[in-house]
Amino acid sequence: MDFIIQNILNALQWGSFYALIALGYTLVYGVLRLINFAHGDIFMVGAYIAFFVAGFMLGPVLGLSPMLTFVIAIPLTMALTACVGVTLERIAYRPLRRKGAHRLYVVITALMCGLILEYSNLAVLGASRLKFPELVDKAIWNMGGVTITNLKVIVIVAAIAVFAFLNFIVTKTKIGMAMRGISYDKFAIPLMGIPIDAIIVFTFVLGSGFAGLAGLLFAMSYPVLEPFMGMIIGWKAFIAAVVGGIGDIRGAFYGGFLLGFIEVGVVTVFPSTYRDLFAFTILLIILWMKPTGLFGMPQSTKI
Amino acid sequence: MKGFLKGVGLLSLMLVCSAFLLAGCGEDKAQTIKIGFNLPLTGDIPEVGEGSKNAAEMYLKDINDAGGLEVGGQKYPLEFVYMDNESKAESATNVALKLIDQEKVVAIIGPNSSKQAVPAGGTCNDNRVPMISPWSTNPNTTLDRPWVFRAAFLDPFQGPVVADFAAKKFDAKTAAVLFDVSNDYSKGLAEIFKSSWEAKGLGPVVAFESHGTKDQDFSAQLTTIVSANPDFIFVPDNYNQVALIVQQARDLGYKGPFMGSDAWGTPDLVKLCGEQCYGNYFSTHYAAAGAKGATKVFIDRYEKAYGAVPADYAALTWDSIGIMVEAIKNAGKVYADPVEMRAAIRDGLAAIKSFDGITGSSKFDAQGDPIKCAVVVKISDQGEFVFEESVCP
Repeated sequence: MDFIIQNILNALQWGSFYALIALGYTLVYGVLRLINFAHGDIFMVGAYIAFFVAGFMLGPVLGLSPMLTFVIAIPLTMALTACVGVTLERIAYRPLRRKGAHRLYVVITALMCGLILEYSNLAVLGASRLKFPELVDKAIWNMGGVTITNLKVIVIVAAIAVFAFLNFIVTKTKIGMAMRGISYDKFAIPLMGIPIDAIIVFTFVLGSGFAGLAGLLFAMSYPVLEPFMGMIIGWKAFIAAVVGGIGDIRGAFYGGFLLGFIEVGVVTVFPSTYRDLFAFTILLIILWMKPTGLFGMPQSTKI
Repeated sequence: MKGFLKGVGLLSLMLVCSAFLLAGCGEDKAQTIKIGFNLPLTGDIPEVGEGSKNAAEMYLKDINDAGGLEVGGQKYPLEFVYMDNESKAESATNVALKLIDQEKVVAIIGPNSSKQAVPAGGTCNDNRVPMISPWSTNPNTTLDRPWVFRAAFLDPFQGPVVADFAAKKFDAKTAAVLFDVSNDYSKGLAEIFKSSWEAKGLGPVVAFESHGTKDQDFSAQLTTIVSANPDFIFVPDNYNQVALIVQQARDLGYKGPFMGSDAWGTPDLVKLCGEQCYGNYFSTHYAAAGAKGATKVFIDRYEKAYGAVPADYAALTWDSIGIMVEAIKNAGKVYADPVEMRAAIRDGLAAIKSFDGITGSSKFDAQGDPIKCAVVVKISDQGEFVFEESVCP
């Protein structure tokens, strides 16, 4: 029994990262119909930004305490990562959109932007791995054979909070209504006096900001950073978003956790070689039965 | 007409480009001895490639400052060509082919890890080019490959060393193993360890779990391991994964010791793993702390040049070059044709019966494998690798 509960906790933590990254994919897709393949690498950049922010604040110039660093690093990392996302939108996606390029070219551009981020990181910082400093004093709680760290709790709570927040923004606020509107008809929306570019920038701010948060939390949980850390987890989160129904906030959330549970579940029972095989076979069967994903709708209104 | 001109333009561009390709072949530089290095300069273990290259540069400078290598009464300068295999198996074979076909090297040193050395060894053997792997411990690297040699001891020796040490030091009855299933080195060593532990009859291997190379979360495997309650966990993994595994095991409430293998022995292990790794043990090729004689000289020179203590792969690369140089001397003559030279070097390598290097002295068996001692080191509370004991075959 302990064993099962422990693995549920493991799956919740691992699924939280998928969910956080999948939310970014789904937001951008929901508004722009663009699969932002650079998102996994924005997550990686977020982790590196968190590393430098934390290093600077813990460093001799400021010398803050680790806890205070953590509290300040959250908004700062999110803001800086959001800047990276918006910059990508400005220099890569918007010019293509202006020229009326087909969506396929924008997706390929996104893929290239991701590779550029990876290899520029490799060029600037080198291949050697970085160690993320410990920000939160680790507490390990043991409850009847089940152990949980405070960091795990923070990660899981953060994923749920981000989901609730985004769900609120999209469904309950005016700007959320505008986002849904662009998704519905991006030619009619400007005629209603809605600044379409500003809304798109806002979408990228949200998506990349939470990728930054995911990067920070990931770096705290798995404190070894390398330039390609975002690649595989980004792809998997994308698949999670598709299975959940890409474009739908709930879909990304549940899809992320679903993938986390399947992966941990498979590894618990079978050798880890089978993990991806089983995980993606299950996801394929889900898509086979419901091609639009768990929460996806067959027609145009997404988000 | 315009289309025709364009076609002619493209064609001439292609001709110019191919002229560049050929340019490398035309030069006649028979007077240098060209040795290729197949190193992981980027990828999962960049630290290993860097250390090997540093040691090689030191050796190269020594030889060339003295006017070159003396073969058959004449001095020939050495030329080293370093290529990056990105720590990938498929790149390692590509690099080997490139070194052989394009660079026309007479011998290759590297790859370091068995993951790349096993496939690249096959490529070198098929192309009849002598190769020495400094760090590879998997038996398959040299098995039935007359052109492939190595400088390190083998896993069938290392596995029992780890098992014996752990049984004695931790008074352990049960063991658990977590290994990288997509890495020849890790998988081979894990299996050898398992059989040698079970052969001791102290107790079973209670958990034998695997993971993939790019994995970052090991919580599911470690939950299984921790719930099996082993006396120690053996982790024959690369240093970057060790850092994550040790931390996550502690998070899951594991309090017992870890035992590692020679892939732990990099300065980066302590950088990435920090205090969590202190107090654990691993088997390796040499211990830098407390070294004597030629080993000490090497360590001091390396530290002065690069500002860091050389890890085992740097020392083994140094020894590999030493063995290669001896083989070239044994060849007795430098042939202009690389094919002839390669055959002469291979015969020279096969003729070496024993070698005194900075990682200890070794004798070579019929497979081209050295028989030498292993060292178990402890990661001290200062993060240094301290000599614990030496185990000889």
